[in-house]
Order: sequence, then structure tokens, then C-alpha cells
Amino acid sequence: MRLARATLIWAALAAAICLPIAFAAASPLLEWRDPVYILAGFAGIIALGVVLVQPLLIGGYLPGPSAYRARRAHHWMGGALVVAVVIHVVGLWITSPPDMIDALTFTSPTPFSPFGVVAVWAIFAVALLAFFRRRWGLRTWRIVHMPLAAVIVVGGVVHAMLIEGTMETISKAALCALVLGAAVKVMADVVRRMRATSRGERVASPP
Amino acid sequence: MTTIVLNRRNILAAGGSVLAAGLSGLLLPSRAQGLAPTESMSGGSNNYRKGAPIVNRIGKGGFWMSGTVRRAGDGTPLAGQRIQIWAHTTEGQEHEPQSHGATLTDKDGKFRLEMPQIIPIFGQPHGHLAYDSGEFKTVFLRPVMRSARETSLEAHFVLQPA
Repeated sequence: MRLARATLIWAALAAAICLPIAFAAASPLLEWRDPVYILAGFAGIIALGVVLVQPLLIGGYLPGPSAYRARRAHHWMGGALVVAVVIHVVGLWITSPPDMIDALTFTSPTPFSPFGVVAVWAIFAVALLAFFRRRWGLRTWRIVHMPLAAVIVVGGVVHAMLIEGTMETISKAALCALVLGAAVKVMADVVRRMRATSRGERVASPP
Repeated sequence: MTTIVLNRRNILAAGGSVLAAGLSGLLLPSRAQGLAPTESMSGGSNNYRKGAPIVNRIGKGGFWMSGTVRRAGDGTPLAGQRIQIWAHTTEGQEHEPQSHGATLTDKDGKFRLEMPQIIPIFGQPHGHLAYDSGEFKTVFLRPVMRSARETSLEAHFVLQPA
């Protein structure tokens, strides 16, 4: 029964990420795009998939890996997310420099651009601040990381939903809904745990 | 040397005056002079190639870009005005020379140029148009198609003297 449940969870996760990629790979638009542009687009889709995996790993919702391994995987996936968005931005820059400059300077006519750019800066911020994680301690780190994670999730999802590109609409919407759901779930759990801990500390500490 | 003091009062005052100037700029000319000139759209000049040749058709065609050119104020149609058109199409990317072409307005200030089907690029199916001949102020437009399946797109210019 546990094995069936584990298999089901992993299969659902694989489908949620691989189906949008497969649909995008079948998009007729690819015929009129050059390899760099195609690579940049898929790097963006993969980044969205990583944003789904991240809360599932750190929340311990994925059956199999120990909490330690899941946390290590979360760190590595964070690095992968940085690489994916760098490929996304650089690839789009090469494809059309003026459009990318407009996006990065918040002067783009496309409504989705600022959401993506803000999410990218939040991803870079988390990656840099992660070096201070040990020094700060878990509680402070969570207070820093969670708002940035919320910005990444909301920014990324709005960015993806507003784009008319290679992604197929329904599989894109489903992936975005799961990304939002996973983020809300893990943040609610973490906040509940932090409240419980702080209550516990107050009880335990001497008067 | 000037020292700029940034405090709340200064910022509010500056913001207020910018807002007032911006609003009066938006409201006044249309009342005072009739038809207001078209402003360039943000991103409109992206991948522009100055001096694209006048053509009967860009590439193999199949998609129609059309519009009008009028004079600001009285709205008189402007004949013989050169409009440049470019887009990411089934036959090339935005920056490539074969994706660019120009046409002239007729006696009613109308233009119409056949071009290859526009394909969504950078997240939106859109075209680019430019008036950049010097007699009037340069205007770059970037109209967006309601759907990528549409086979035509319109853009309208209201020009003011340079």
C-alpha cells in the first residue's frame, strides 16, 4: 500500500513536469525558432518544474529520501534553478537583445516580463543569501527565504501564464496550479512549526 | 555644486508636479488641437532596420498588415507616406532583412502590405511598424494580435510635424 502510494506520488510528479515539456516539444512554433531560442524557452519550462520540486523536497512530501537527503537535494535543485534561469535569460538576450534589455529595465510592453525579472532577482538573492544560512541559523534563514520563495513562485507562475509561447495551455495551467499549491502547503506547514517552536521556547525558558 | 535634498516633502512635491504635468499633457492637446498625435509604443523600435526597401509583398505573403496615416490636429489623410513593417514570421526572425519591407500610403492615407504569417515571439504575436522619414516626428508602433491564428493586423498613425 505504501509502495503503491509512493509510486503514485512520483508518477504524478513526473507527469506534472514531463507532460508540459512534451507538449512544448510538439509545439508548431518550434519550426520557426532557432536552437538558442528553443533552448532558452525550455530552460524556462524546466525552471518552473524545479520550482514545483523545491517545496516538495523541503517539506518532506516526497516518499523515499531521508529528510537529510531531501534537504541536500533541495540545495542542489536550487543551484539547478539558478543555472536554468541564467540559460533562459542569456538565450533570450542572444535571440533578441533589445527585447531582453527592455525586460531587464522594466520598460517592456509585455505584461509578463516584470514578473519574470523580479522572480529571477529573487532566485539570485536566495542563492547568494544561502551562503549565510549556517551563520544565521534555521529560524532567521526561514524568515529570509520564505518571502523570497513566495516572490519566485508567484512571479514565475504569473510570468508563465501570461506568455503565449510553446507551452500548451492546460498542461501549463496544471503545472502552475501545482507549483502554487505546493508552495502554499509547505509555507503553511513551516509557519505552523515555527509558531509551535516559539511557543515551546517561551514555555521552556526561565522567567 | 548643487545638493539635492531628498526628503518626504520634496519627493511628494516632485511627484505631484510630475503627475500634474503628465495629466495635463494627456488631457490638454486633444481638447485644444483635435486629433492627438500617436506616441511611439514601448519596444516598438526593437530590431528596426532603417531604410528597408519598398516592396509589393514581404516574402511569400499570406498575412495582411494595414492601417492609416493622418495628420495630428485636423486628421487630414497623408498620402505617399513611407511605412516600414517587420515581424517574426514563418519566413524569418524579426532582425533578419527578409522580414522587413516598406510601403507607401495611397491618396486616402491608407496602407496595406502583404507579408508572411506572424508567429508569437517573446511571448506575444505582434508586428512592428515605423514612420521614420523626417517630415513628421518618428513613430514606432508595436500592435499585438488578439490571437496567433489571426491573419491580419492593423496599426494607425497620427503624425505631428518634426
